[in-house]
Amino acid sequence: MNLVTQGKKEHQTNILSEGKTLLKVNIREYGMYIALFVIMLTFSILTDGLFMSSRNISNLLDATGYIAVLAVGMTLVIVIRHIDLSVGFAAGFLGAIAAILLSQAGVPVYLTIPIILILGIIVGLFNGVLVASLGIPSFVASLAGMLIFRGALLRVTEKTGTIIVKDEHFNALGNGYIPSLFKLDDLNFLSLLLGVLVILLFIYFEVSKRRNKIKYQFEVISKSMFTVKLIFVSAIIAYITYIISGYNGFSWTVIIMLAVVVIYHFLTTSTVLGRHIYAVGSNPEAAHLSGINVKKITYIVFGSMGLLSALSGILFTARLQSATTTAGTLFELDAIAAAYVGGVSAAGGVGKVTGSIIGAIVMASLSSGMNLMGVGISYQYMIRGGVLAIAVIFDVMTRRKRS
Amino acid sequence: MMSNYILEMVNISKEFTGVKALTDVNFKVEKGEIHCLIGENGAGKSTLMKVLSGVYPYGTYKGDIVFEDDIQAFNKISDSVKAGIAIIYQELALFPDLTVYENIFAGNEIKRGAVVDWNQTIAEAKKMLQRVGLNVNPEVLIKDLGVGKQQLVEIAKALSKNVKLLILDEPTAALNENDSENLLELLRELKKQGITCIMISHKLKEVISIADKATVLRDGRTICTLDGSKGEITENTIIRNMVGREIEDIYPKRASKSIGSKILEVKNWTAYDPQLGRDVVKDVNLHVKKGEIVGIAGLMGSGRTELARSIFGNPKSYRLQGELLVNGSAKSLKHPKDAIKEGIAYVTEDRKGDGLFLIQDIKNNISAANLNGISRKGVINDNKEIRIASDYKSSLNVKAPSIEQIVGNLSGGNQQKVSLGKWLFVGPQLLILDEPTRGIDVGAKFEIYTIMNKLIAEGMSIIMISSELGEILGMSDRIYVMAEGAIKGELPIEEANQENIMQFATQ
Repeated sequence: MNLVTQGKKEHQTNILSEGKTLLKVNIREYGMYIALFVIMLTFSILTDGLFMSSRNISNLLDATGYIAVLAVGMTLVIVIRHIDLSVGFAAGFLGAIAAILLSQAGVPVYLTIPIILILGIIVGLFNGVLVASLGIPSFVASLAGMLIFRGALLRVTEKTGTIIVKDEHFNALGNGYIPSLFKLDDLNFLSLLLGVLVILLFIYFEVSKRRNKIKYQFEVISKSMFTVKLIFVSAIIAYITYIISGYNGFSWTVIIMLAVVVIYHFLTTSTVLGRHIYAVGSNPEAAHLSGINVKKITYIVFGSMGLLSALSGILFTARLQSATTTAGTLFELDAIAAAYVGGVSAAGGVGKVTGSIIGAIVMASLSSGMNLMGVGISYQYMIRGGVLAIAVIFDVMTRRKRS
Repeated sequence: MMSNYILEMVNISKEFTGVKALTDVNFKVEKGEIHCLIGENGAGKSTLMKVLSGVYPYGTYKGDIVFEDDIQAFNKISDSVKAGIAIIYQELALFPDLTVYENIFAGNEIKRGAVVDWNQTIAEAKKMLQRVGLNVNPEVLIKDLGVGKQQLVEIAKALSKNVKLLILDEPTAALNENDSENLLELLRELKKQGITCIMISHKLKEVISIADKATVLRDGRTICTLDGSKGEITENTIIRNMVGREIEDIYPKRASKSIGSKILEVKNWTAYDPQLGRDVVKDVNLHVKKGEIVGIAGLMGSGRTELARSIFGNPKSYRLQGELLVNGSAKSLKHPKDAIKEGIAYVTEDRKGDGLFLIQDIKNNISAANLNGISRKGVINDNKEIRIASDYKSSLNVKAPSIEQIVGNLSGGNQQKVSLGKWLFVGPQLLILDEPTRGIDVGAKFEIYTIMNKLIAEGMSIIMISSELGEILGMSDRIYVMAEGAIKGELPIEEANQENIMQFATQ
């Protein structure tokens, strides 16, 4: 072996070993991506590729929407060391109110949606007051809320049973797609464009972040590792865009989901409010003594959870084009599971909304895959519960290693 | 039994990373005597008792514990309890929502087979209560008893385990005069019953009245053992031995003093803690002038932290009375945020517990109390934060690879500097430091003192709460001494010395 090839070989081994160390150190951050990859691969094999078909992935992402927005809100709730068990039936109830306003009260859609969102905020603030001002443990307060909303949902759907929503615009939120402009090779063009845009933005942000770190002499991963990361993630985004565009393109649900993630990601990573939230979660006493209004932060986080519950209700009702008497059942399970798979910590102060989205997709992939394989619903519940347990165990074990 | 001694602790040494808590401590207690253990905060009394009771297991200390002529190797607390040693802490270890009899036999239940024999339990409990002279119904809940009676239940619990050596840590700290006297009488009774007592106490008058022997610890070493029967246990002797070190030149000199007008004053300041049900700050009159370092001395539990917090936005919601003036105008500070706005900063005594965000990095911690200073319209300017954090890291000489280092992984001294940096970034006019050099090595201590002097030169004022007399005397311009929530004395530095401070502190 001459010097050149030997050098190349060493170069290769360096990337591999760097990759291995990166993984070990950041297992918490990358754990969920690995889980997603494993699940998708497994189901692809078990369903002879049906899992990764355009139609299935599109449906999967649409089915994730109403859970994903809940997971984003739940992330913040868990970060500040609380929990909200009422989000499921709150979503169901608010969705039913939306259906009633649209179909029975004849309220136009551009009024209905803001009304429902505001109602959601009020519900959330109420929870926040119970927890922050009265000091009721959030577990109990939200459990009470869950029961109350269950009853409220039954009440409003009692007389009519399922309430059908006929409003086209409303239903498009859960079933419609962004217009294509024209078809490129039978693929939705605008969606492709959107995908390319996302990739370019991603590369831009990553490169400028790295340049900044180098300027201040912080540790950065090697240039080759960085390039690998960029190519890998871009490839995934491209692949998903390609798959989706092959069906109907990006749906409004996915757009809304992405919008929520982008806004919350910005809020949590780049604003004073975000810092306050993570400070309160990390050490509430220190936050209080640092001049942060812990009660106010609690109100805001629960208010946001309420807002997202309303959004979830809207998406779910739009998707089914109706409000049912059992809408919202176990949404909170999926939301909490998604958050934990996504890397949130029970000890507080840790957790990214981007992780929770991946967690939501993981849970949705599980359901989708199991449905495709015809796994009975009873087994599905058990398996989902098992995955949640594994996610929490993973959280506890990786935390112990770090300290 | 060969010797008179029921307990001999021989050449005990205990070290925590870098800090020598105990060095070659020799402590001998005779059978049936009441032996008091005295020393300043940090002298090593609690550590010594923790070694004895098994909290620090065999193998984590050097030296021997000889109890009843046998070398002991306690691996856990229950080992020492089985040997006949019981320790009653200041923060009583009772279950408030259970009854007296349940508490007395908690963990030591009287069983018949696999089932608890409650009737027998209650009967035995009554016997124990009689022994300690406590006349209560054993079915009363602990939380319904006053502290004095709760303490007696703790002692009853120890008696039920056939205690031979009873250790009491500051038993009368939370008791009024009556209950204190009752407790001391009980100890004399127990002595007659052949039980040996070790009592850790700051209250010298009580020590003088009850102790057969008194051992003084200082800086982790045994200084002397005084014999009551020879009249050696006097206030002067004890105080002299508690503090008797020279103030070495470990406190940097200040260039010049320029002291201005009052920037903070409290008048008739009283704070009532509804959770404890008593006043934690009693009628305090205190002021700080611009450019001053005001030291607040006192022993643990004297109310200094409570005073500082009641001024710094009252985070525990005490009921406050009196006046608080900032630069001459009366203010009502209802939240730490209000205090920060008035230019007051408070560096807590427990940096890990409530001073730092341990899972976050240095730069996040430094900006935490002044996010407005690194943001515009609510959006954080990452570069500005990096620059400011880097500045503080270098000016405070925080030893860490980068400002992205997680604070929980730093050493105590560096953690304290980060905590300090957070508050300096707020740009205060008054910096309140609560035990600023606790748990820090000598080198870092000097750095912090130097920083304090620099801040004073730049026009800041400092309140320094400290349990280390050397620090108080080495750095302050004026000293207040607190005990039991009240100011017992105020001394300008020229008049202050270790003895008179300690005298005020033990009143």
